[in-house]
Amino acid sequence: MAMPILIAGMGFLFSERAGVVNIGAEGIMLFGALAGVVGALYLNSAWLGLLAAMLAGLLVAAIFALLTVSLHADQIVVGAGINILAAGLTTTVNRIVFGMNATPPAIPSFHVLPFPDALARISWLGEILSTIFSQNILVYLALFIAPLSQYFLFHTEIGLKIRAVGEYPKACDTVGIDVVRVRYGTILFSGLLGGAAGAYLSLGVLSFFMESMTAGRGFIALAAVVFGKYTPYGVLGAALLFGAGLSLESRLQALGTGIPYQFILMAPYILTILTLAGFVGRNKGPAASGIPYIKE
Amino acid sequence: MANKKQMDNQALTQKQTTPPLLEMRHISKYFAGVRANHNINLQICQGEVHALLGENGAGKSTLMNILYGLYPPTAGKIYWKGQAVDIQSPKDAIALGIGMVHQHFMLIPALSVVENVVLGMNCGRQGRLNLNEAAKKIEALAKAYNMSLDPWAKVWQLSVGQQQRLEILKALYKGADLLILDEPTAVLTPQETEELFNMIRRLTEANHTVIFISHKLNEIMAICDRVSILRLGEITSTIHVCDTCQQTLARLMMGGEELSAIEKKPASLHETVLECTKLCCRNTRGLMALKDLSLSLAGGEILGIAGVDGNGQSELADAICGLLTPESGKVRINGVDMAGKSARAFLEQGVGHIPEDRHRRGVVLSMNIRENFILMNYYKAPMSHKHLLDWKLIDRLTDEAMASYQVKAPDRDALMQNLSGGNQQKIVLARELSKAPSLLIAMHPSRGLDFGATAYVHNRIIEARDRGCAVLLISTEIEEILALSDRVAVLYEGEVVGQMPAAEVKTDTLGLMMAGALRGAG
Repeated sequence: MAMPILIAGMGFLFSERAGVVNIGAEGIMLFGALAGVVGALYLNSAWLGLLAAMLAGLLVAAIFALLTVSLHADQIVVGAGINILAAGLTTTVNRIVFGMNATPPAIPSFHVLPFPDALARISWLGEILSTIFSQNILVYLALFIAPLSQYFLFHTEIGLKIRAVGEYPKACDTVGIDVVRVRYGTILFSGLLGGAAGAYLSLGVLSFFMESMTAGRGFIALAAVVFGKYTPYGVLGAALLFGAGLSLESRLQALGTGIPYQFILMAPYILTILTLAGFVGRNKGPAASGIPYIKE
Repeated sequence: MANKKQMDNQALTQKQTTPPLLEMRHISKYFAGVRANHNINLQICQGEVHALLGENGAGKSTLMNILYGLYPPTAGKIYWKGQAVDIQSPKDAIALGIGMVHQHFMLIPALSVVENVVLGMNCGRQGRLNLNEAAKKIEALAKAYNMSLDPWAKVWQLSVGQQQRLEILKALYKGADLLILDEPTAVLTPQETEELFNMIRRLTEANHTVIFISHKLNEIMAICDRVSILRLGEITSTIHVCDTCQQTLARLMMGGEELSAIEKKPASLHETVLECTKLCCRNTRGLMALKDLSLSLAGGEILGIAGVDGNGQSELADAICGLLTPESGKVRINGVDMAGKSARAFLEQGVGHIPEDRHRRGVVLSMNIRENFILMNYYKAPMSHKHLLDWKLIDRLTDEAMASYQVKAPDRDALMQNLSGGNQQKIVLARELSKAPSLLIAMHPSRGLDFGATAYVHNRIIEARDRGCAVLLISTEIEEILALSDRVAVLYEGEVVGQMPAAEVKTDTLGLMMAGALRGAG
């Protein structure tokens, strides 16, 4: 459950660091989820489906970048627009491709990689390990993102540029940094990862597309960036926490605790609000966050 | 002395036989049809300190931004060491060896010193950062120029003077031969200014070249070799500093207009307007900023508060405007005890305020002139009736104020951020004086203003005093204090360490008091 938040969050961490607030995260994930299923269906491969999802995310992010970076449109307005567009367009395309009430066709998806049986049988420890490691391959790939991002942001010249652009773009301009290019780059990258995170939902968890299936995970990913204090490991921790909240929701529902299910459904979102309000408080983001850079 | 002048001249003429380090030929720049630079020719020789002198808006910064690649010129060519060059971005300028220290520092507060220095540079290590190596280089470089700077400190922790040193160091690290300093002393204390001058001397000894942008004549006389005077976007003359004097420079800068000296009638005192007794205040960091401060000020009098920045001036002004609640002590205005009253109650009591930070507290930059003009009294007649603004009247009053205060702006709908500092200050003055205050608190009223605007502001303040207004003038510029005040009080670490009539002030005594080395009669 934490994985889509982690993947998307890591992407939006980069654009946030460059001073771009993309609340279109939700829409980008939704486009990714649909493109993943459609791609996997027609190209008959889960991997090609993932690629299609990433390309869809890239395309939507490119539109966002064009409007906000080049044309200085307000980031919040464009992001909200993308979310509304995604909700409508994915529903329409989904109904065209899969029909209204038909049962979803079998599509190639990512399966759980089996834990070696021999190891699982050794003892109770093996049994626990086998439950933990019954994951699909994307999980293992995703876990590499945090250390890679950490290295990239804090130990490379481009990482320094990204952090600087989010703080004071004009100063970057005076030392010869192309602010527009840096912002485009991070937005496109966040689109790639946002699309992949959507595909994780549709190809790794469910094997089909459901209308509005992201259910606020894009926003939670953005919240994870803030809660994680704009650092890769922070985002990892926040994603795990919010993921746990989402798992709790499905477990509690299955257990039948007698709590009205509406409250259980609210749980992860309330957890998100509480953590943001309670723990983050004065957490300071990049100084130039959300402000279009207009060169004189 | 005459000998030294001759030698200087000879040295400079010799330098001119080789091609100059930099030549800007026939540079013109228009912004949407508005002339910023027109047909400018400028020659800079290796190793000199060349001043660009001009009033605000004369085109100094535009010219330097063109040289640094931030704006493309509309026309003209730049020659570097005799070669025509095309500088399209700061990157090109840096590659040639041109460095610029902007008036508003181009540093990123959240990053460390070393990160700020290497930002945007290509170290050729496949993009990996090596901050340790860079930090060592920075330390060595700082040592070579006799500076101290911790490479791992975050920039927000540095003082303004240290930030400026970092900017210079940043340019040197990138291999700058020519350093452009845009109004470098505007934000410095007198001591920091002296340090900066020593630094500039060390740079020119090492054969670096400096372009020094300023409108402070004494600084140009002190540090520069030659000076080019810009007026209305054109260079009107270039002269050797040793052949001129402050008066000549002032006349050239103003375009032949004589400065009207400040004329002051002797003060005629009315009754006491402001009375502070045993005032104690804490600053935002919780430290005691004012300690048992007592003052009284009568109508028709200007009391100058002298002192080095940060000795309680801001807190004093805030306490008298009702923006800061005193720990103990009393503020009485027109005989009314203001304890526990809101800032608006202070305004209603007749307090006018020219705040120290014009951009943050004086005006709303993103609003237009007429909106800024009514900020203090929008809520009452005649500006509004039953919560509706009377724009017709406001427009008329704004137009009148703009005419009588000689505000240069396209119209009353112009945004504040598009006006020059002098014109912004005139709007603040117009707003604060239009309500005929009984007490005016003027804090650094001429900060960042050019000659003409400063004289204008000063004369208006004296007019207010002659009308019977009590004026509390808080300034760090001794000249300003002495020119305007009837009485001077010196503030040191939150206490008044001396008070005297302005006529009896000796500059050296004042200096000692400001440094806390001498106490006079309270």
